[in-house]
Amino acid sequence: MNEELFVSGRNIPNIDPFLNIWHWQIPIYLFLGGLAAGILFFAALFTILGKADKMEATVKKAPIIAPIALILGLLALFLDLKHELFFWRLYTTFRIESPMSWGAWVLMAITPLSIVWVASYAKELKPGWDWKFGFLNDFESFVIKNRLALAWIIIVLSVILGIYTGILLSAFNARPLWNTSILGPLFLVSGMSTGAATILIMSKSTEERRLLSGIDLLLIVIELFFITHMIMGFQAGSQTQIDAAQLFLGGPFTVPFWVFVVILGLVFPAILEIMERLGVHMPVIIPVVLVLLGGLIFRFIMVEAGQITRYLY
Amino acid sequence: MRYAMAIDTLKCVGCSDCVIACQMENNVPIGFCRDWVVESVHGSYPEVGLELRSERCNHCENAPCVRCCPTGASHIVEGGIVLVTQNKCIGCGACIQACPYDARYSHPEGYVDKCTFCNHRVTEGLNPACVSVCPTKCMYFGDLDDANSDISNILATRKYKALAPEAGTNPQIFYLV
Amino acid sequence: MKTRREFIKISALGIGAAAIASQSNRWGFGLPLYADENKSNKSKATKLTPTYCEVCFWKCAAWAHINDNGKILKLTGNANDPQCNGRLCPRGTGGVGMVYDDDRLKTPLIRVVENGKQTYREASWPEALDYIAEKMKEIAAKNGPESIALFNHGSAGGHFTHLLKSFGSSTITAPSFAQCRGPRETGFETTFGAQVGSPEPTDIRDTRCLVLIGSHIGENMHNAQVQEFSDAVDKGATIITVDPRLSIAANKSKYWLPIKPATDIALLLSWIHVLIDEEIYNKEYVAKHTMGLDQLKVHVSTFTPEWAYGITNIKPSVIRQTAREMADAAPSVLIHPGRHVTWYGDDAQRSRAIAILNGLLGSWGARGGFFMKASAGIPDFPHPEYPKPKWSWPEVLNGKYPFASMSVSNTFIEASISSNDNKYPIKAWFVAGTNLPVAIPMMSQMQKALQDLELVVVVDTMPTEVTGFADVVLPECTYLERHDDLRDVPHRVPTIALREPAIEPMWESKPAWWIAKQIGERLGLHDYFKYEDFEEVISWQLQQKGLTLAELKSKGIVVLPRHNESPYLDPKEDYHFNTPSGKVEFYSSALASAGFDPIPVYTPHPEPEDGFYRLIYGRAPMHTFSRTANNPNLTDLMDENSVWVHPKVASLWGLEEGKYTYLRNQDGITSNFPIKVRVTERIRWDSVYMVHGFGHNQKELSRAFGKGANDTQLITNVMIDPMMGGTGMRGNFVTFTATGATEEKEAAL
Repeated sequence: MNEELFVSGRNIPNIDPFLNIWHWQIPIYLFLGGLAAGILFFAALFTILGKADKMEATVKKAPIIAPIALILGLLALFLDLKHELFFWRLYTTFRIESPMSWGAWVLMAITPLSIVWVASYAKELKPGWDWKFGFLNDFESFVIKNRLALAWIIIVLSVILGIYTGILLSAFNARPLWNTSILGPLFLVSGMSTGAATILIMSKSTEERRLLSGIDLLLIVIELFFITHMIMGFQAGSQTQIDAAQLFLGGPFTVPFWVFVVILGLVFPAILEIMERLGVHMPVIIPVVLVLLGGLIFRFIMVEAGQITRYLY
Repeated sequence: MRYAMAIDTLKCVGCSDCVIACQMENNVPIGFCRDWVVESVHGSYPEVGLELRSERCNHCENAPCVRCCPTGASHIVEGGIVLVTQNKCIGCGACIQACPYDARYSHPEGYVDKCTFCNHRVTEGLNPACVSVCPTKCMYFGDLDDANSDISNILATRKYKALAPEAGTNPQIFYLV
Repeated sequence: MKTRREFIKISALGIGAAAIASQSNRWGFGLPLYADENKSNKSKATKLTPTYCEVCFWKCAAWAHINDNGKILKLTGNANDPQCNGRLCPRGTGGVGMVYDDDRLKTPLIRVVENGKQTYREASWPEALDYIAEKMKEIAAKNGPESIALFNHGSAGGHFTHLLKSFGSSTITAPSFAQCRGPRETGFETTFGAQVGSPEPTDIRDTRCLVLIGSHIGENMHNAQVQEFSDAVDKGATIITVDPRLSIAANKSKYWLPIKPATDIALLLSWIHVLIDEEIYNKEYVAKHTMGLDQLKVHVSTFTPEWAYGITNIKPSVIRQTAREMADAAPSVLIHPGRHVTWYGDDAQRSRAIAILNGLLGSWGARGGFFMKASAGIPDFPHPEYPKPKWSWPEVLNGKYPFASMSVSNTFIEASISSNDNKYPIKAWFVAGTNLPVAIPMMSQMQKALQDLELVVVVDTMPTEVTGFADVVLPECTYLERHDDLRDVPHRVPTIALREPAIEPMWESKPAWWIAKQIGERLGLHDYFKYEDFEEVISWQLQQKGLTLAELKSKGIVVLPRHNESPYLDPKEDYHFNTPSGKVEFYSSALASAGFDPIPVYTPHPEPEDGFYRLIYGRAPMHTFSRTANNPNLTDLMDENSVWVHPKVASLWGLEEGKYTYLRNQDGITSNFPIKVRVTERIRWDSVYMVHGFGHNQKELSRAFGKGANDTQLITNVMIDPMMGGTGMRGNFVTFTATGATEEKEAAL
């Protein structure tokens, strides 16, 4: 029998016996960031493709959610900080190797831009809207004129934001469950899927909904594909990664992961969307809520489980 | 200059003096510690093996905690010592996640805290508190770049290992086995 | 008039409420927002005060580092002290925790009856001291001053010893003899004519072969000894450890002999057999210095390794091999006498077997064996001669234990129980620095004695189990707040170390010397206490040694030259051992004429019944007995003990690592509190192990209360050593039970 124990009484809060330094704030923040990235990505994409008018919900309405999600996400991130008073230190430097620094700066850029984007459609969505101040009206017309350029900026930033939510975790070599480069694309796709799903309920146009549900379906398939690859990668990895995968293959996270994330969050909504396409109608809210919940639970599980995994020595 | 520590597991008795000396020297709050002692037992009675290791921040050459720090609070100073500047630290916890040795903790005052190799003593030419208190004299501290230092000599003559070298951190604490 | 003495919980008085640690400032105020420097780790020490440690009996010389606000920041060892070489052990380093423990005794307390209920009330010092002095006079008038007894341990004891002797009583005892190292003193005295004493004169530093029998150096943190042990490991000395448990020392040994408990004498006799049979003993030394080899030869002729194998489970080849290793290293070989050796009631004989083995190898007086100690010899401060007591501790022995060289604490307890045939009744107790119910495994007799006593005074820094039985509790200040006698420990070189107060006494606590003097003054003993401040005493004593207080204050310790030649015996010179024959006695006529075995014999001891396991207890490096169990810094390193069980035993009983179980002993006594299970291969399947000193039942000890189990509670079978009165405690067997005494359990929650 082997034993490994602390003989000096070490029992540090949130570190021992398992690391648990990140709580609910981080998965919430990752979820909201991914959601906002997804929404802004589609808004910018269809603007660039010149389909702004056909895809009204995507381009004009749904982006309202983005700044709200971003601000709530930032709030969650702020609540996670334990030395909050010094948060401004994030913006006195840029650390090229630190995903957290990238995230802070991307959020700093994309949050105001998303507000500008939403504001530029204020008059269209609410006829008779007036900005009261001359310079604001001037700025509005400037934005409207340069909307395409703005869309290009936002599409780049939203991809960075979406990938960042995954890289934030995958950059940690010390946590074998996170330490897979597939996590960036996986979180990006998952964020886009939640974004597409959110737009879906806001859309009244059948055509737009059909297109969006097609995109969502595709994203779900890619996501399942990535998840399969992630687990296969772990199984073919070092002992620490095999142990990490074990959390989902018989370990304590098996049921929440397979039932809530894979089946209810991905497979089931995909089936519902396929049935919808085949003409079996049902409330759109069901797959949308399932996708959103699945995305949220996925992030909770990844953050929780990842912290448990560690090097063996 | 490249500070490092070698710890003789064959002499360590696991008394934890290194831990309490550090706590007193650095005013570490009760319930927290910057170093700790691990006992690892293998085999079956009476063929039993036992290893005692006094562990702490490895002051890695390739320090993942420094890389992931978004504010530059975690940094490396003269001699390769990894430090945290308290009022640059925002307490985001990224460095805690990044450390394969779980050597960092969140101080009750909010910033992240860890072993400093007693930089304040080392700059005065003293040994870290843990090294200078150890009743078994099983800890060696010094400059690896100096071929005549105690630590260079002991590492040249004894078999040793580092912890989780596969994490790619290039740790600077060596365990004599 | 007899008063039933109820145990009083001091917490009921509303004192000792722990200050709630201020909520940490997580907003970071107090840190400058801009500056990049870290808040300095702590304020700088601006003053160093010399002291010597009082967390254990080793008494390492140390420095207290104090800042401008008069706070002790840390303690470090004095580099000139050969007992610590500048390195304190974890307990010494954590000694600051004793000072700043909020649970300390803060004011004198006097037992009173309020509404028919016994309780303590806070008292002023004059009130408490008057009360004690009056009672003492009353008792002395009736029964003589001899009926006032002192139980002591540590530095405070010296001051009360002086008080009692001045008053005419030398009825003084320390549990450290009969409950701890007494048997080895008797065993070595009957062999070499000299006691081992403390600190042990073991030349581990230079030994070539060290044999440990149930002595776990490294887990017992006797500082210089651990340091030298580490040196011995470094130098490649052969270490042989006999222990049923893989102790830390066993792990560092070339040979670990996982002996079946209670069979050590068989192994020792077999080793002696091999040395004589193979004629590999130190012939020169034996011829020159010893007597009784012929009798010994005949005695051990049948104790072959094959005979011992059946008893000890140690393979004959290993017994032979280890005996040869010892012979190869002789005389630089050391069969360590151990320290806590009260195991099975024949411990003095076992210690004698160890002494004989050392004698055969010629290690007594050899480099790498036992050196000859030297002490500084500090004269007493001038005082009138002590009155001669009519009786003392030898009378208390009542004809028992003829080889007790010191007082036997358990006989004091028996003499305190009223009975008509008790010619030397004890009527009052002073208890200084020892927590009797945890130190002496005689709870029922102690309970009886406590009902009959007319006065119980407890002097301590902490509310422990024994303080609840006192009539008067006197809060002593800790060693960092007081002067004490100069330290004069005999060792390789004589040393004198100074203890100065690092800070003023906290709360209403007072130094022991002051308390003793105040009582003395009230008893009309002024001539024995002719000083206002204890510094006067120290200063005078130093003067006699040609030293000054100023020098000691700046150095902390002075190392003096040895006045008696070499610490080792000259192989060419004769030496007179202080035994009846003047030689090292392998055969003791004194023992024979007193009716004891002149040469040790092996007697089998009881084995555990089915489902029971032998209770073995020991030490942890971060605690001293039970006295540090509430130290905030040391509990941070270890806050409870655990019971070690072999994996097979664990699976048999369904015990899980980290879960809690109660223990019940052979007499049906269940531990007050549950103890955490450690499933480990480091222990045999017929035994369990736990660290002594936990499971405190005193709620005032906010950190220690209810943490772990108290081994002393489970030691109800005490095997008394007929030679010297030692209380053998290793013959107790425990089993596991899911439920304990429920009241205690609820109290714990």
